[in-house]
Amino acid sequence: MRNYLVLRVAAKIVVPFMLLFALYVQFHGDFGPGGGFQAGVILAAAFVFFALIFGLPTTRRLVPDRLVETGIAAGVLVYAGVGFIGLLLGGNYLDYFVLDRDPAHGQHRGIFWVEVGVCLTVSSVMLKIFYMFAGRRRREDDA
Amino acid sequence: MSALGHFSYWVTIFLLVAGLFIVIARGNLVKKLIGLSIFQTSVYLLYIAPGKLIGGTAPIVGTGITVYSNPLPHVLILTAIVVGIATLALGLALVVRIRESYGSVEEDEILRAEEAALRDEAT
Amino acid sequence: MIDSAHLPVLQVVVPLVCAPLIVLVRGSRAGWAIAVAASVFFLGASIAILMEVQRAGVISYAIGSWPAPWGIEYRIDAANAFMLVLLGFVAAVVAPYAWASVRVEVPRENHYLFYALYCLALAGLGGITVTGDAFNLFVFLEISSLASYVLIALDRDRRALLAAYQYLILGTIGATFIVIGVGLLYLMTGTLNLADIATRLGDVRQSRPVLAALAFLTVGISLKAALFPLHMWLPGAYAHAPSAVSALLAATATKVSVYVLLRFYFSVFGTTTVFTAMPMGDVLLALSIVAMIVASIAAFFQSDLKRLLAYSSVAQIGYITLGVSFASATGLTGGIVHLFNHGVTKGALFMLAGTIVFRLGSTRLDRMAGLARSMPITCAGIVVGGLGLIGVPGTAGFVSKWYLVLAAIEAGAWGIAFVVVASSMIAVAYVWRFVEVAYFRAPSDETSRLKEGPAALLVPAGILLAASVYFGLVPSLTLGAASGAAEALLAGPR
Repeated sequence: MRNYLVLRVAAKIVVPFMLLFALYVQFHGDFGPGGGFQAGVILAAAFVFFALIFGLPTTRRLVPDRLVETGIAAGVLVYAGVGFIGLLLGGNYLDYFVLDRDPAHGQHRGIFWVEVGVCLTVSSVMLKIFYMFAGRRRREDDA
Repeated sequence: MSALGHFSYWVTIFLLVAGLFIVIARGNLVKKLIGLSIFQTSVYLLYIAPGKLIGGTAPIVGTGITVYSNPLPHVLILTAIVVGIATLALGLALVVRIRESYGSVEEDEILRAEEAALRDEAT
Repeated sequence: MIDSAHLPVLQVVVPLVCAPLIVLVRGSRAGWAIAVAASVFFLGASIAILMEVQRAGVISYAIGSWPAPWGIEYRIDAANAFMLVLLGFVAAVVAPYAWASVRVEVPRENHYLFYALYCLALAGLGGITVTGDAFNLFVFLEISSLASYVLIALDRDRRALLAAYQYLILGTIGATFIVIGVGLLYLMTGTLNLADIATRLGDVRQSRPVLAALAFLTVGISLKAALFPLHMWLPGAYAHAPSAVSALLAATATKVSVYVLLRFYFSVFGTTTVFTAMPMGDVLLALSIVAMIVASIAAFFQSDLKRLLAYSSVAQIGYITLGVSFASATGLTGGIVHLFNHGVTKGALFMLAGTIVFRLGSTRLDRMAGLARSMPITCAGIVVGGLGLIGVPGTAGFVSKWYLVLAAIEAGAWGIAFVVVASSMIAVAYVWRFVEVAYFRAPSDETSRLKEGPAALLVPAGILLAASVYFGLVPSLTLGAASGAAEALLAGPR
C-alpha cells in the first residue's frame, strides 16, 4: 500500500500520535485507567499500522526480530528484577513498601517499574505475533 | 428476583453453551478456536457483571465518592484475557503449521491423511 | 541478604526468570546449562522446604508483604511440600537427560526455546503447587499448560502438532471450567484465598452455587488430570512429544492436577460436602475402576511403545483417584504415595523409550524385534520399570498398590481389592508385549546394527529407575511423607 500517497502521508502524521498516546496511557496508569498492558498494545498497534502501510520488510528493518525477542525477555526480567530488589532491601518478594523511605512512594516506584516491564513485554509479544503470522506466505502449490 | 433480573447470567450461559457447542460440533480447526474464544468470553462476563454496583464509580479515591465498583474482578479478568489471547495466538500458530504440513484445516481430512500415512508406514 | 524464609517464592521465581535469560543468551548449550541449574535449584529448595515443613509445620509467605486474605499467599503444608519434592526430583533428572535427547528430536534452531519453555513449565507446575490463592493457581496452570503445548509441538513429527492442538483445546476447556468454579466460589465468599474460602464458606457450604462450583472444578481438574473419560488428549500428547517432555509431563503434570483436586476437595470444600452431600466419592470410584480396566486393555492393543505407556498412565491415574475416593487416611496415603511412585517409574520408562528413539528413530513395537540383543541395558531397564507398573514386590508400585488394597479392605470393599489385582494382571499382559518383541523375536537387520544408548541418556533414566526400586525396598521415607500429607489434607474443614 506504499504507493498510495494519501495513506503514506496520513500514516506519517498518525503514527507519532499513536506512540505519544501509548506513553500517555502508560504514565496515566498511576492516576486512572491505563497502564502497561494497554500501553503495550497501543505501542504495538502503531508499529502494526506502520507495517500495513510501508510493508513488513521496512518494519522489520526498523524493529528487527532480534530486538523484539530481546524485548520480550527483558520486560519479564525488569518485572522479576523489581521483585528481587524488594528481597535485597529486606522485604518479601515484590515488596514495594521497602523501595523508598516513604512506603507510599515505594509503592509508586515499584508499580512504575513493573509497568515498564509489562509494557515492554506486551508490545514485543504483540509485534512478535504479528511478525510470525504476517511473515508466513501461503505456498503457491498448496493453495 | 425475576428471571429477567438475572439477565447477565443468561447471557453468560448462552455464550458458554454456544462456545462449547462450536468447539465440539465444528470440524474446522479455526472455527473450533473461535468457539473456544467465545467460551472463554462467557467467563469474563461471569466475573465482571457482579462486580458492578449500581451508582458505584470507578474505584479511584476522590472527594464526595462513597460507593465504588469492585475492582478485583476487572484485574482478574484482565489476566484471564491475556491468557485467552496467548491461547488463541498459540492455537492459530499451531493451525498455520498444521496446514503447512497436512495441507488442510478440516479435521476429517487431516485424520484421513493421518490414517493413510499410518497404512503406508505399516506396509 | 536473601535467606531461606524466601524459598517458597524463589522456588517459582528462579525457573521463571531463567526462561527469559535463556531467550536472551540464545545458545543451546548455555540454555541447557541454565535449565539444569534451575532444576537442581528447584530440587534443593524443595527438599529444604519439606524439611522445614516437617520441623515447623505450615509455611505461609505473603507476596509483596500484603497479608494473607488481601495479598497472594504461598502456603505450603505437608501435602504440597511432598509434591514439590517429586517435581524437583523429576525435573533435576530430566533436564540433564534433555541435552542428548533434544538434539535428535527437536530442530536445532528451536533448542533454546525448548529449554526456556522447560523452565516455564517447571515454574508453572511449581507455582500451582505452592500457591494458596485460587486465581493465582489458574494463572500458573495456564503458564505450565501453554508451555507444555509448545513443548509437545516442538517435536519434528507432524503428528505432534495435531496432538498439541487437541491438548490445547481440551486443556483450555478444562482451565476455563476451573475459572468458572473459582468464580462461583468468589461470588459466594468474596475472597480468593483458599484457606479463607474454606472458613467463609461456613453456612453456604451446601448452597447450590457452591455445589455447582464443586462440579465445575471437578470436571475442569479431571480434564487436566486425564481422569478416565476425559483422557482423550493424553495418549497423543505423550506419544508424539519429544521424549524428555513426555517424561516430564507424565511424571509431573497430571500429578500436579491430582494434587489440585485433593486441595480443593479436602482443604476448601471439606469431606462432608464432597463425599456426603455430593456423591463425588462414588463417581471417582466408578471412573477409577473403569480407568484401571479399560485403559489397561487399551494399552495392550497399542502398536507403539510410547502410546502404550501413555495409556498405562491413564490407568495409573485411576489408581491414584481410587485412593482419593475412599476419603480415608489409608486410601489417601496410598493415592499420594502412588502419585509419587508412579511419577518416578513412568518418568524413567519414558526416558528409556527416548533412548530407543535416539537409536532406532521410532518406538513402534514391530520395529523393535530382538532389540534386547543390541540394547540390553535399555531393555532391561524397561522391564524393571514395567515390573514397577505391574506392582511386583520389591518395586515402588507394590508399596502403593498394597496400600490401595488395604484401604479397599478397610472400607469393606473386597470387590475393589480384587479389581486392583485384576488390573495389575492386565499390566502384566501389556508389559509382556514389549518383552516378547524385544527378547523373543529374532533381531531384524535394523535392530542388530544398533548400539546401546549413550550414557548421557541411560544415567539419568537409571537414577529414576533406581529410585523406583529403592522406594520399593525402603518405603518408609515416601510412606512417611505421604501419610503426613494425607493427615494434613484430612485435617481440613469437615
